Formats: sequence, structure tokens, C-alpha cells
Amino acid sequence: MSKELIRLRNCVMAFDGEVVLNNINLYINDHEFLTLLGPSGCGKTTTLRILGGFETPTSGDVLFDGVRINDVPPHKRHINTVFQKYALFTHMNVYDNIAFGLRIKKVPEDEIKKRVSEVLSLVNLPGYEKRMATALSGGQQQRIAIARAIVNNPRVLLLDEPLGALDLKLRKDMQVELKRIHEQVGITFIYVTHDQEEALTMSDTIVVMNGGVIQQIGSPVDIYNEPKNAFVADFIGESNIIDGVMERDLVVTFAKHTFDCLDSGFGENAPVDVVVRPEDIKLVAPDKGQLTGIVRSVTFKGVHYEMVIESDGYDWLVHSTLCEPVGTLVGMYLIPDDIHIMKKGG
Amino acid sequence: MKKSGILSKIFIGLVFLFLYAPIAVLIVFSFNASKSRTVWAGFTLDWYVELFSDSAVMEAFGTTILVSVLAAIIATVLGTVTAVGLNQMGKRSRNFLLGVNNIPVMNSEIITGVSLMLLFLTIGNVLRTRLGFGTLLLSHITFDTPYVILSVMPKLRQMDKNMFEAAQDLGATKIQSFFKVVLPQIRSGVVNGMLIAFTLSLDDFVISYFTSGTDVQTLSMLIYSMTRKRISPKINALSTILFVAVLALLVIVNVRQFRQEKAQAKKEAALDPDIPDIEPEEI
Repeated sequence: MSKELIRLRNCVMAFDGEVVLNNINLYINDHEFLTLLGPSGCGKTTTLRILGGFETPTSGDVLFDGVRINDVPPHKRHINTVFQKYALFTHMNVYDNIAFGLRIKKVPEDEIKKRVSEVLSLVNLPGYEKRMATALSGGQQQRIAIARAIVNNPRVLLLDEPLGALDLKLRKDMQVELKRIHEQVGITFIYVTHDQEEALTMSDTIVVMNGGVIQQIGSPVDIYNEPKNAFVADFIGESNIIDGVMERDLVVTFAKHTFDCLDSGFGENAPVDVVVRPEDIKLVAPDKGQLTGIVRSVTFKGVHYEMVIESDGYDWLVHSTLCEPVGTLVGMYLIPDDIHIMKKGG
Repeated sequence: MKKSGILSKIFIGLVFLFLYAPIAVLIVFSFNASKSRTVWAGFTLDWYVELFSDSAVMEAFGTTILVSVLAAIIATVLGTVTAVGLNQMGKRSRNFLLGVNNIPVMNSEIITGVSLMLLFLTIGNVLRTRLGFGTLLLSHITFDTPYVILSVMPKLRQMDKNMFEAAQDLGATKIQSFFKVVLPQIRSGVVNGMLIAFTLSLDDFVISYFTSGTDVQTLSMLIYSMTRKRISPKINALSTILFVAVLALLVIVNVRQFRQEKAQAKKEAALDPDIPDIEPEEI
């Protein structure tokens, strides 16, 4: 059983009167891989900086192992950070970079030597001790930054969009690598990203944020399949979001058609947001579908085709492995499980 | 591109002639065996020998070196600390204060000199102190510091701003982080700033003249006072030494800057585009 390690309680952060974090409540378990996900300016990096000790919340508490650490400076926290642009010390070689934290703690030099070489093996760069930090590629710098942080055996590793500067292929490799390192060292990872795919791939828990407010906390599967509101649905993967009216429990009307659904508890004749994933819409013959529409555009995306189908003034985004040519009249079919109902403005 | 014609070459030649002929004449006549300022009477080092046996010259030389070294060191510490503080400020207050910092750089020296003198006299009235080495040193620190700030600032701006935080994150206190990470990162700017400050102090005349009182004089002041009495070729020798010293320092500063720029360009070329992006500095 994992136990709670960090808790943010009613955290508010304001810079010059502008609120960037609004009443954040969050707990993080020991050994967890937790991702703060959201668009830029959503407050995810500020949350990370509060955990690292670089910002003090305007109000609210930061608890670590049950102890309030609001005013504990960064150098006294059992937390290390991998910065967005690595922030390697360019006047030092790899060895001195990694040994920096251990030397401050006055660890004997022969032990430092052992630990540096161990951690370099962990990040797959054995024998790189003598290289200058500036003579490394972006991916290698990234690994050194991780090594420099975890060599100190922190309880928590904070990662601030660490893969943002890498190209797509390298980013995919590093995702796998990070996951492996997380499993191998078993410390808590708190990861910040705006890349939803990265978050879904690596996390145990995802915290979706927007406008300084937590939108939803859950496992990747929960967040993808059961988005709590239209923002989450739109941000995690692509979605069709349509205005609808909940007639009564299990029955919803949208796009001038009444559907059976699995949701209840909204009351009668309640306005709602209806979310439908593009890959859940099945294309059928026009007379077989609940809705009909005309294909307006087709884009090949590799695994599937992305089509825009206009039906009664609304452009539906549809993903399908079958391609229907532009201008064709098609039917669209939805089963109750594909229809997600959300409270308006949730 | 237009090819430069013979006329433009002559023009350039004339410009350099006007700029450097006086100094060349000064240097040549510092080795002249006769006291004449017009007739060459053979090579001699007598004026230099006489210079080094003149106690007033040696005393002024000592004062100049002492004030330049002290002012350069103190201004470097002050300027570096100030630059670090400025760098942490918001953009608006930083730009405002950098503008204020530029005023003494642009301001006419005589205004700086006179205003400092008046300030020292006023304070001296209250504290019963007189103009002397202390006020000379203070005024040198005052005009050196802005140049140190100007030299250190770009280095700080180039530094990844997370580096200071990274050091703290790894367990260093703010002070440790400054000495172990920030200072090595900006070292070249600090050293250049100190060399510039030293050079400025070494050959300053106007401000020193107003703030040093009657008991203390620097080399430039001595040269000035020598021209008012009898003109001896010793002046040529002394001026030559001062000129060569300043020239040497300027060459060192420029060579250092050139090398650093080359190293920086090389560093950036060697690395991926994921290098801290440097905001273009507005002028």
C-alpha cells in the first residue's frame, strides 16, 4: 500500500494580485508517478515550484510527511528538480555536476566516485565523467540533469517539462527511459507537461489543471474515458462537444435527435455538454445512422483518417480507418457508451 | 560593395595621422637627448632615469597605483553585487535603474568632479574632514562602479536563470550557490569590469583634480602641474609610460572579450538548439 507523502491544502498563489493558483488541494502518494497536465499558464509549473521551495504560497499549507514545509528553503528539502532547460553547470564537467550535491553534503570523495558511476550507468551514460557539460547533445544533457538530481537519493523528483526541448523520436525514447528509471529507483516522480500523450503514457495519476484550478484528478484511463468536464474532454485527446438537453435520466437530446445514454442525476430538461470522442463515431450507410452528414474534409493521419462531417450546421470530427471521399453523404451511429454527459460550465 | 578608391585611403590615412601623430611625437621626443621640443639630438633614456629618481613623480605614481587598485577592487565587488540584485528585479525597475546607472557614464566628467567635490566639502564641514586620499578613492569608486555593472550584466543575462535555483535545489545555500555557480559563470565579465575600472582610474584627471585636495596628487595631475611650470621632456617620458600602460590594459580587455565571444559562439554552435534562449538586449 502506498502512503501519502505530500499534501497541498487550500493553496493559493497570487503574483501582484493576479491569482495563478486558486485553492489547490492535492495529495501525492509515496512512489507514485504523478503528472500535472495543462496548457501553458495553467499553474502547473507554479505548483512544482511551490513543491521545490522556490515559491511560497500566498495562503494554504504544503505538507511533507505530515510536516508543514511552506517556509523550508529549497536546500533543506528532500526534493530534487530536473529543470526545463536542464540548468547544468556549464563551467564543470559531468562528474563535478553530478557530485555537486554530494560535495555540499560532505560525502567522502571515494563514495561520491562510486555513486556518480552508478548513477551514470542508470541513465545509460557510463564513462562520461570527464566530458564537459557543454560538449553533450540535448538528450545527453537531459540524462545528466536526471543523474545529478537522483544521485542525492531524494524522496521526490520534480521534472519540469524535461522532454520539451527534444525531438519527437528522442522524446519517445526518453519517456520509456524515465518510466524505467522511476521503477528502478522507486522514488516519487512529479512531472509537469502540456503534452497529453506524454502524461497518458507515463503517469500513475494525472492532475489536469486549467486557469489555476484543478479540473480533474485520476488515472490515465479514468481521465481519458470519463472526463469530468468539457475542458478535460477537449484537452485530453480530441472531442466533439455539443450542447444537449438531458430529458430525464438515461435519455439525452442533441443534434435534434434523442439518444439513450448511461448518465443520470442531472434532473429533467437540464442543459448539458455532450462529449463524443472522434474514434467512437461509427460510419454507416445514411439510412442506418442516427445522424447523417456530408464529408467536408479528409486528412490521412497514419493509423486512421481524420474527417470533418457536417451535419445540420455542426462539424463533427470523426476518426475512422475507412476513408469516405469528400462530398459523400454518410450516416453516423453512436451507442450509449460513447456518449459522455457533463454538467454545463463544469 | 564599392571598392575603396585611392582618395578614401588617403582620407583614412589623414584621420589616423591627426589622431596619432601627437602621441607619436610625444613618444619619440621622450627619447630625445636635447631639451628641445623641435630638434632631434640623438637617443637617450636620461629622461626616464630622471623620472624615476624624482620623488614627486614616484609619490604620485604610488598614489595612482594605490587608488586605482583599491578603487577597481571595491568597485568590482559593489558592481557585481548590484548587477546580481538588478538581474533579479522586474523588467521595469531593472531598466529604470540601468538607465540611472548610465547617467554617470554619459555625464561630463567635470560635472561629476565638481559635484563630488561639493558633496565632499559639505560632508567634510559636518564631519571635520578634508579632501584627500579618502575622497579621491571614494570618487574613483563612484565612477568605476557603473562600468563594472555594465560589464557584468550581460553575463548574468546569458546565464540560464535556473542555474542559481539548481544549486540551491542540490543543497547549497544562497551564498554557496553564488560562489560555486553564479560567480564562475560570470567570472569573465567580472574580470573585464575590474580591468576597465583599473584603466579608467589609472588615467583619470578631471575627477581626481577636483576631489583630491592639495596634499595628494595622481600621475595625470602631476603631468598637468608640470606643464604649468617649466616644460621638461620628463613630461614626455611620464606621458609615454602612462599611455603605454593604458594601451596595454585596453588591448588585454579587448583580446579577452574577443576570445570570449568566440568561445561563446563555439559553445552555442556545438550544442543543440535547446540552449537557454537569450533575450536580445535592448540598447
